Amino acid sequence: MKTLRFLLEKEFKQMARHSFLPKLIVLFPTLMMCLLPWAANLEVKEIHLGVIDRDHSPLSNRLTHALEASGYFRLVAFPESFPRALEGVTSGATDVLLDIPPRFGEALERGEGTRVFIAPNSVNGTKGELAAVYLSAILKEFSVALRAASSPVSPAPAVEVATLHRFNARLAYKPFMVPALMVMLMMLLCGFLPALNIVGEKESGTIEQINVTPVGKFTFIAGKLIPYWLVGFAVLTYSFLLAWLFYDIVPVGRFGTIYLFALLFVFGIAGFGLIVSNHSATMQQAMFVMFFFIMIFVLMSGFFSPIKSMPGWARAIAAFNPLNYFVEVVRGVYLKGSGVGDMTRPLLALSSFAVIMNAWAVWSYRKSR
Amino acid sequence: MAAIEIDGITKRYGSVEALRGVSASVERGEIFGLIGPDGAGKSTLFRILTTLMSADGGRASVDGLDVAQEYRKIRSRVGYMPERFSLYLDLTVEENLKLFATLFHTTVEENYALVQGIYGQIAPFKNRRAAALSGGMKQKLALSCALIHKPSILFLDEPTTGVDPVSREELWEILGHLKRQGITTLVSTPYMNEARLCDRIALMQEGRFLEVASPSAIVARHGRTVWAVRGDRMSRLLVDLRAHPAVETCFAFGDRHHVTPCPGATTRHLREEMEAQGHREVEIQEIAPGIEDCFIRIAGRPDVKDE
Repeated sequence: MKTLRFLLEKEFKQMARHSFLPKLIVLFPTLMMCLLPWAANLEVKEIHLGVIDRDHSPLSNRLTHALEASGYFRLVAFPESFPRALEGVTSGATDVLLDIPPRFGEALERGEGTRVFIAPNSVNGTKGELAAVYLSAILKEFSVALRAASSPVSPAPAVEVATLHRFNARLAYKPFMVPALMVMLMMLLCGFLPALNIVGEKESGTIEQINVTPVGKFTFIAGKLIPYWLVGFAVLTYSFLLAWLFYDIVPVGRFGTIYLFALLFVFGIAGFGLIVSNHSATMQQAMFVMFFFIMIFVLMSGFFSPIKSMPGWARAIAAFNPLNYFVEVVRGVYLKGSGVGDMTRPLLALSSFAVIMNAWAVWSYRKSR
Repeated sequence: MAAIEIDGITKRYGSVEALRGVSASVERGEIFGLIGPDGAGKSTLFRILTTLMSADGGRASVDGLDVAQEYRKIRSRVGYMPERFSLYLDLTVEENLKLFATLFHTTVEENYALVQGIYGQIAPFKNRRAAALSGGMKQKLALSCALIHKPSILFLDEPTTGVDPVSREELWEILGHLKRQGITTLVSTPYMNEARLCDRIALMQEGRFLEVASPSAIVARHGRTVWAVRGDRMSRLLVDLRAHPAVETCFAFGDRHHVTPCPGATTRHLREEMEAQGHREVEIQEIAPGIEDCFIRIAGRPDVKDE
């Protein structure tokens, strides 16, 4: 116990004396929480709209105004012809085109059907697709309103689909992104930093000097992990605070639930880091392997794109991704107020991940000796 | 019971055989030297004896404890100073010493008497970070840390490599002092002239012990008359000496060539022959054979370091 205390003291001293680690520990979460929720944002706003109005009727004007008023579009061009309009798309100035045919207003007033043409620029696929969806939704609303106004006797009531987004009514992106960023922070600080530190001791040879002392391997590893875990939990708390300060995002559920799952997650991911450190002789090797896994973990975690929309094989891989479960947990607690009872699947998954990774770490250490 | 027993230890790294079955026994309280060129397997043997690595074959015991079975117990009884400085550079001198004392479940105060002579010299810089120490001071700190738990056996892997001559001499004085306190020392060095400072040595080459004995016994057994020869054109002289029928072997030793003459040859005769071949200022002197001469004779190759 005294040995462990001394090792911890040593680790904290080294951390504090490091030329930039202490700065990084504060700067990293701050930047991540302040910048990324704005940048890593899939909400599509400010869609540049070009309208080819071949009608110039009051109705076509009304439609254009309705589009502008929706808040999603900004009218940037009023080209005369389709080829001219396409030039705008080619140059990237316009994201989506709406082609209003001649006698559009007339046809509508007579109660006849008419067609408009939508041409989204799909260089940025998500943006183009969403633009087309928003545009057709507004067109539909417009035509329904028009019909209701024109016929004094209301026609057969049409069935309308109303979508109500639960837990995140405005489908705002930040409450969705901020909890996921916290998970990313924990992964890097508590899982990968201590592993890199161990490889660093390997590289400098100091681990040999420790290995000839009676200090047990577990004491040594605990002495490495605990400081980073303490830092990790402090940073987690700090990012709760930042989320509240900057975005007014507070969990519907309890902080305790997040801390509990964080502990499980950190235990597992640290085990993973140890496996990497056992197989690497230099920091460079370890960094590269970790970078590779960070990419896979993040992109297959539902961090940016929902797992349910991935192909079957990708979903199968994602089922082994601890990040996936922890992201689910933190989002669940933040948005839905989930408790431990609601999340038995992530609980089981994260626990087994922790057990397997640490058993593997011990085994791979024995083998490398 | 011997301090260290080595019995047929083998170790290979992939296709490289680092140790090909070495055996020796180190007595308590002696300074035992492993002498051999780089790549002879000295560090590998150190790592096996200090329980950092397991051997592929053979047995070894340190302080009566088996290196494979009782490695935990061994660790609290030995002090190890690796070839490369491996203390924490970002901790101060004092913090390093305190850390290692604690890891060995002791305190600096308890064994201060043992390290006083060494640590006393760097104590004025105790608040300086280890990274800012000079080579000699770093080494004194490493030795202090290896001694702070009063080990019964000290392992020093090439402690004099890359160290200035004054610090080198100091180190050997310290080893003599530790010997008087009953500490057994296993030390390796590529410098043949340091072999004389050991009680016994093992001449090592390509993973084998060529000879294990006291330096004087080795010289007595293998030493033959050696002539130190110099002339105005040393490289041509070497070729001509080797070609001469009265010369058995000849190797370059710094500013002289060491010649082992055939029986019956005389220095005068050889000098005249060399001068006849166009060499000037030829000087031939009979000298006492050193360990290095013996090593070359036994190993048959002059791949040893000279100062």
